[in-house]
This record gives sequence, C-alpha cells and structure tokens, in this order.
Amino acid sequence: MFGLVLFLVGDGMTFAGLFAAYLTFRAVNPLPSGGVYDLELLLPTINTALLVISSFTFHRAARQLRQGSGFGCRLWLLITAALGAAFLASQMLEYFKLPFGLTANLFASTFYVLTGFHGLHVTLGVLMILIVWWQARAGGSINRESHFGLEAAELYWHFVDGIWVVLFGIIYLL
Amino acid sequence: MPSGHFLVSVGLILLGLLVGQRVDMLPVQASVNAPVYDELFRVLFSIGTMLFLGICGLLVYSLVRFRRQPGDFGDGAAIEGNLSLEIVWTAIPAVVVLFVGLYSYNIYERMGGMAPLADHSVMHAMPATDPGSGDRVWGGISTVSGETADLTVDVTALQFAFIFHYPEGNITTGELHVPEGERVELRMKANDVIHAFWVPQFRIKQDIIPGQPTVLTFTANRPGTYPIICAELCGPYHGGMRTSVVVHDRGAFDQWLTKNTLPVA
Amino acid sequence: MESTSELPVSLIPNHGSWLRYLSFSLDHKVVGIQYLVTGFLFYLVGGVLAGMIRTELATPISDYLSREVYNEVLTMHGTIMIFLWIVPVVNGAFGNYLIPFYVGARDMAFPRLNAVAFWMIPPAGLLLIASFFIGGASQSGWTAYPPLSLRTPALGQLIWIFSVLLLGGSSILGGINFIVTILKLRRPGLKMMQLPMYCWAMLGTSILVVLSTPVLAGTLVMLAFDIVAHTGFFNPAIGGNAVVYQHLFWFYSHPAVYIMVLPAFGLVSEILPVHSRKPLFGYTTMVYSILAIVFLGLIVWAHHMFTSGTPPWMRLFFTIATSFIAVPTGIKFFNWLATLWGGKIALNSAMLFACAFIVNFVLGGITGVALAQVPFDIHVHDTYFVVAHFHYIVYGGTVFIIFSSIYHWYPKITGRMLNEPLGMLHFVLTFVGFNLCFGPQHWLGMNGMPRRVSEYDPQFTLMNQISSVGALLMALSTLPFLINVFHSAWRGRVAGNNPWRALTPEWLTSSPPPVENWNGPAPHVEHPYGYGLVETTP
Repeated sequence: MFGLVLFLVGDGMTFAGLFAAYLTFRAVNPLPSGGVYDLELLLPTINTALLVISSFTFHRAARQLRQGSGFGCRLWLLITAALGAAFLASQMLEYFKLPFGLTANLFASTFYVLTGFHGLHVTLGVLMILIVWWQARAGGSINRESHFGLEAAELYWHFVDGIWVVLFGIIYLL
Repeated sequence: MPSGHFLVSVGLILLGLLVGQRVDMLPVQASVNAPVYDELFRVLFSIGTMLFLGICGLLVYSLVRFRRQPGDFGDGAAIEGNLSLEIVWTAIPAVVVLFVGLYSYNIYERMGGMAPLADHSVMHAMPATDPGSGDRVWGGISTVSGETADLTVDVTALQFAFIFHYPEGNITTGELHVPEGERVELRMKANDVIHAFWVPQFRIKQDIIPGQPTVLTFTANRPGTYPIICAELCGPYHGGMRTSVVVHDRGAFDQWLTKNTLPVA
Repeated sequence: MESTSELPVSLIPNHGSWLRYLSFSLDHKVVGIQYLVTGFLFYLVGGVLAGMIRTELATPISDYLSREVYNEVLTMHGTIMIFLWIVPVVNGAFGNYLIPFYVGARDMAFPRLNAVAFWMIPPAGLLLIASFFIGGASQSGWTAYPPLSLRTPALGQLIWIFSVLLLGGSSILGGINFIVTILKLRRPGLKMMQLPMYCWAMLGTSILVVLSTPVLAGTLVMLAFDIVAHTGFFNPAIGGNAVVYQHLFWFYSHPAVYIMVLPAFGLVSEILPVHSRKPLFGYTTMVYSILAIVFLGLIVWAHHMFTSGTPPWMRLFFTIATSFIAVPTGIKFFNWLATLWGGKIALNSAMLFACAFIVNFVLGGITGVALAQVPFDIHVHDTYFVVAHFHYIVYGGTVFIIFSSIYHWYPKITGRMLNEPLGMLHFVLTFVGFNLCFGPQHWLGMNGMPRRVSEYDPQFTLMNQISSVGALLMALSTLPFLINVFHSAWRGRVAGNNPWRALTPEWLTSSPPPVENWNGPAPHVEHPYGYGLVETTP
C-alpha cells in the first residue's frame, strides 16, 4: 500500500508538471486572436459532481465488504463504475461540442493533453473497479478477510477524483 | 602543534592569493565588462585554490601518515564524531558561500545585470511579430544601468548565421561593427531554433530565443576584431556558426557607417 | 511483502546456473549483477562514442564524421552514459545488491517489480542504439531543447523520447522499491539511525527519483505531441514557449545529477571506514546533509538557464540556492577526511579510486560553486568549461566510485579477490587519462570554445590534442580492468567470507551469498561502523 502511495505521489508530480506548464503558458504566451480560455461550465460541473459522488459510492462499497455484505459491495462497485463511465461519456461529449481541436492553439493543446491524461486515469480506474468487482464475487479472491485489491483501487480512485477537482479549478474556473 | 596549523593555514591562504591573483587564463579584455568579470574570476580562483590545495594536502598527508603497517590488524581510533568540529566545518563553508554569493551579486550589479529592464514581471514576451517595440524585453547584462544606448543594432540569428541590421543608416551586414567606448544595444531575435551570442573577449553571452526577443548591451573598449560564437547547439553546422565583431575608434566607425549607408531611395 | 522468502530454493528459476543472469530473476543479487553487467556494456558503447568525439576533435576541422552524425554521436554519448550506465549502476546495481543486506531482509520489497524495472532497460538501450541504423539517431543533444528537437529528423527523436520514457519508468519503479524496502522491510529492532549510510543515500536519491522523474515524463510526452500531432507547446512558430521546456526539463535533470552523485556519496561512506579501520565520522551530520542536498537539489534547476532570458530575481534566487548546496556537500567531504585521520589506511585499488574521487569531486565542486554565480556563468555557460565541470562530477566523482565499489565488493559477489597490481594499473591509467582529458577543457571553455562543436579555432589544437590523448588512456584503462575481472573470476585468490574484516551485514555471510542472503536468521548489526568499538576477527 505504501508503494502505491509513492506511485501516486509520482503520478501526481506528472500532473503537477503539466499544471505548471499550463499556468506558465497562460501567464506568458498570449493566444492568437480568436482563442479563448472560457469554457462551457455546465457539463464539467456535472462531471465534477459525478466523480465526487463516485468517491463516496466507492467508500460505501468498501464499508459494505467490511460489514460482510459481498452483495452490497458489488452493487456499490457497479454504481461507482457506472458513474466513472458516465464521466467518460460526458467528457467525450464535451470534446465533440468544443469549437477547437487539439492543435488550434496553446490552450487547446494543453487542455486536451491534461483532460486526456486524466481521462486515461479514469478509464484505467473503471477497468480496475470492474476487475475488483469480478474478484469480489462469491468465492473470489477479494472477501471480508482479504481486500487489499479493493483498498488499493479505492485509494487510486480517490486520487483520480482529487486530481480532477484540482484540474477543474485550474482549467475551468480560473 | 597549534602554531604549525597556523603556519600551514597562513601559507595556504597566501599561496591561494598568489596563484589566484597572478593566474592569467582568460582571453584579452575588450569590453568594460571584462575587467569586472576577471576580478570575480580571480577571487573565485583564489578561494578555489586554497580549498583544493588544503583538502588535497590533508588527504595526501593522511594517506601517508596513517598508512597501515604490514601485519597490523588493529583498528584506528574509535572516534565517531566531534560536534564542535562538525559545526566548524559547517560554518566555514557557509560563510565562504555567503561571501561569494554577496560578492558575485555585487559584481553582477556592477555589470548592470540587476538593472530594471523595461518590464521584468515574471515572463512577458512580446508577440513574435513585433520585436522592435521594446516595451518588454528580456535582459542579458547591460553595462551601465539606466542609460540609453548610443547605438542600437537589430540581430537576427538563423541556421547558421547572424545578420546585423543598423536602423541608423539602414545597413545590413554579416559582421558586427561597433565604435569603441560607446554603449551598444543588441536587440536579438531568432528565426528558427535557439542560438546564443557569445563574445569571449567581452565576457558576455545571451541566448537568442525564437518567439522571445532578448536584449544585450555592452561597451567595447579595445579596438580590434573578435569572434562572435554561437554557443547553443543549433544544428549540424552549429560549430561553423560564427562571425566577427570589429571594434573601431570613433572616426573609423563613422567612416564605415558612411561608406555602407544605403542611399535613401 | 516478502514474497520470495517463502519460495524454496529449488523453485527459483535456473538457480545455480549462469543462465539465471539472463532470466526474469527475483533474487535481488542476480538483479543487481544484471544491472551492473548491462550498465558496463552500455558504458563500453558510450565510451566508443566518446572516442569518436575525441577523434573528431583531435583536429580543428570537421573531417572525421559528417556533421549530422557528429551530433547524433554526442547526443547518444550523453544519453547512454547517463541513463544506461551511471543511473542504473549506481542506483540499480549496488542498490539492489546491497540494500536488502543492509536492512536485514531476504530480498527487496517487490521482487517482481524489481525484475520488471530491470528488464525495461535492455530493450530501451538497444532501441536507442538501433536508432543509429534506422534513419539516424536523435541530433538535438541529450537535453533535446526545442525547437531544435522539433526540426531534426523526427524518427530518431521519437525513439529517443520513447527510450528515455522507458528508462525513466524503470527508474521510478526502482525508486519506489528502494523507499519501501528501506522504510518497511527493516529487520525488527533495526533503527533508521543504525543503517549504513548507503541506505540513507538511496532513500534520498529515490525520493528525488519519485518526485522529479514523472515531470520529465510529462514533458517528453508533450514534446512527442509537438512532433507527432503538431501541437505547439514548445514551438514558438505556432505560439508555443521554448523556455518552458527548459524549466520542466531541468526540474528533472538537475536532480538527476544528485541521482547520480548521492548514491556515490553513500558508497564511498561504506568503503572509506572499512579500509581505514575507523568509524564513519559524523554519522548524524552525514544523514542530515543528505536530506539537505535532496531538498536543495529540487530548487536549483534554473541555474542551467542563466542565459535563457530568465529575469534577474530568478537568477539571484537560483544562484543563492545553488551555492548553498556546497555547505552540506562540504560537510560530507570534511567528514570523510576526518574518517581517514588517525586510521590505519590500506591503500588498495578500492581505496585509490575512492581517494581520487575526493580529489576530482572537490575540483568539480569548486567549479560548480563558481558556475552557480550568474556573472561567472554568463561567460562560460555552454562552453567546454561546463563539459569539464560536469565530467569532473559524474566521471571523476561517480564513475570513480563505481570502480572503487567493484574492487570493494567483487570478492563478495564472486568469492574471489581481484588482482591488485592490475587494479593499480587500471587506477593510474584512469586517473591520469581522466585529468589529461578533462583538465584542459576548463581552459578551452574560458578561452572561447563552445561545447557540442565538431570544429574549432586552430589556437585550441594543442589543448584538444592533450584532451584526446587523455581519452585514449581512459580507453586503454578498461583493458587491465576487463582482464582483471575475467581472470580473477577463474584464477583469483579465494576471498573467504570477509576479506576486508568489514562490519556491515553483507560481509557476515558466505561469498557469494546464498539465495536468501543468510542461511540462518539475519544478523543484527547495531554498529555498521564500529571499528575499534566491537571485536573484528583478524
């Protein structure tokens, strides 16, 4: 678990580097005419809500398992995965609705790389949740006594949520 | 033997000063900047010589004096540390470093490096299309702070040449000509990749960065021809990207200017 | 956590056969040797490239290599020496071999991760070398500054990015493994302040790896986007900012210097006490100075950018922060000298290399403090002065310690002693060659020779030729070393368990050690440097 924490610290530094680059670009390099920093806020706000809620549902799943309810755990895991998938779908929707492409300007490029890198994390997270969900079936390797995989996935998921909240604050609100 | 230690230390300091002050390893001084730079160099060289000889001397002395005798399987003195000694050799480097830092800050200021440029808020570049406006420039060293330049030259660096343009006289040339004793301001921009403008005899260097015009000012004070060298890897012919700066006395410079000025069309 | 310790010996693949060195081995000692041998092979490749550079520079005109190939060679020389020789050997090789002994464990915390981390290195290295033959290697220097790296042939640059990402990933996995092993796998009752100094050095190094390498990864991904997808992060022609790359790059690559040097500080702290029969002087201040170097190492990156148009306040801050690294570094050197003082010093090959390290590194450190001063740096930045300084740190410093460590631990690894006269010959050739090669480069830089050029003013010919002769001696020095290593493996004097009468735990087992390090329980070593304090058997 400590190893995972260290890995997430490293992963967080990658994001930190990208955020630093974004903020510097923003402070230094004026966009060509027609480029704007303002983005539609509705979808991303819904996205933020989806991810924050999913953190709670994952936590709920873990608690169910500790209380001995394998069924409850799997149900809440599925809900979490569904929220994650909904986030990804909504993110794709936002991509299609945006008026600019990857190479339009510096802001567009940074935006896509940051959200894309985060989306990659969410995708991995959803896959992880589904694997944990499968392992938590009756007779699977995750149960009340042995649930390291679940805890690791939960920590990772909270990390991905936390990064999104920072990202939302920096890219959309700032 | 405290007196012995004292003698060794004094000897070391004197030797360091002697070597540092007498050493002559830098190229000819051809700008107002250069003597200031060389002063810093001599101070650093003196301190460096003292430290280097002191540490190496101590090392060699220990290796000889404390070498193991054949057949001796004993251990050395079981000393695990000495707090006051350790404090001393934390404090000494700290003081030396602090001195060097303050001193080099002073040198930097005398070279004009701390002079407020037109705008040095963190990182404001002007749009690449508008290099001449001069509102926001990134600084190299400027020789005399706060004064305006006597001569302004626009420098364009590209793979693999420098092009100098004199707004005064509308001259474009591949070789830089400057008058002796006057403040020259180079407004530099790069067309393709990062280059650097370096004149060893002036002791100045500044990167020329595409998209971010830079400024470098200097006052040459020794007539002659000196190399201008590109110091930042810029492609296959990087090693060949060089030209010269010719420092004229005022009369010769005026002649050169008149001879090369393009007639107004 | 201790996954292999439950495995019976018979289940470890290829146990006892040399084939285990080519396998996905989980034994930390096998992995350590894999790192060492792989690293050394890449050192030979990097050395050949260095020889090509010095051959080109033996004459003032560009006549030996084409200019494009020269730039490929200098890029690959830097990349291979840093990412495939020094970092993997000084961290991966000795770290994997020694750390489990030092914490009293039977293996690393994550043996599988460890094997994965190692096996990322050979493909990355081979790919890098292969890029020479498929369209040409990267030509933009190991720093890969854009926009140059966006304009040189794209394939070579992309292969370079991919390889460095792989190597960085390997380094991160290794770093996580070291931190967890040192903090969580210590034998019960073993306190942090009883650990041998190399553990502290590796802890500090690994913290730097975990914090800074991911930033490089993110940066290189952005660079790859610029090349492949034509985004404009670092391309000023379409609105990007080339200097931001330099900040991000040096945020990793300055700590990278400490990633190469701190482990060497740790290793020399193991070697000096053994051969001078004295406790390591000032253990506590040594630990704090490592931590101070780690902290300062993270906030000095922009001293590589004094001529990049950085604002004055930034130059001032980075000058001061950089200068202050000299303080903890100085403490370590004075403590080493005090360790020698009053000892009973055996001046064998290991010790010669270790003492030469002190000489070389002090010189490199002094030029380092000088380079930290903005006005000084502005003249010599990007010149051969910097090349000389850097090689005094990483070759005169770290590589000398790698050789010292090989002489010191070879008896443990193989069970046989290396030949001393051959070792001395190796030392003399290396030391003389090294100083001839890099000493004159200080003067060259100050007098007007920029780095990374294939041609120069005729006035620099003599010094360049001295430098090339030095390089030739360095190349020759590998011959007695290789002969020694191979000859001693068969014919060397049998070492016994503890030929140096050392006190650190790796010597308290057989040479070579058994698969899980000790046949009985791990020994409890409270005083790894207790010379003169605890009994040592003659």
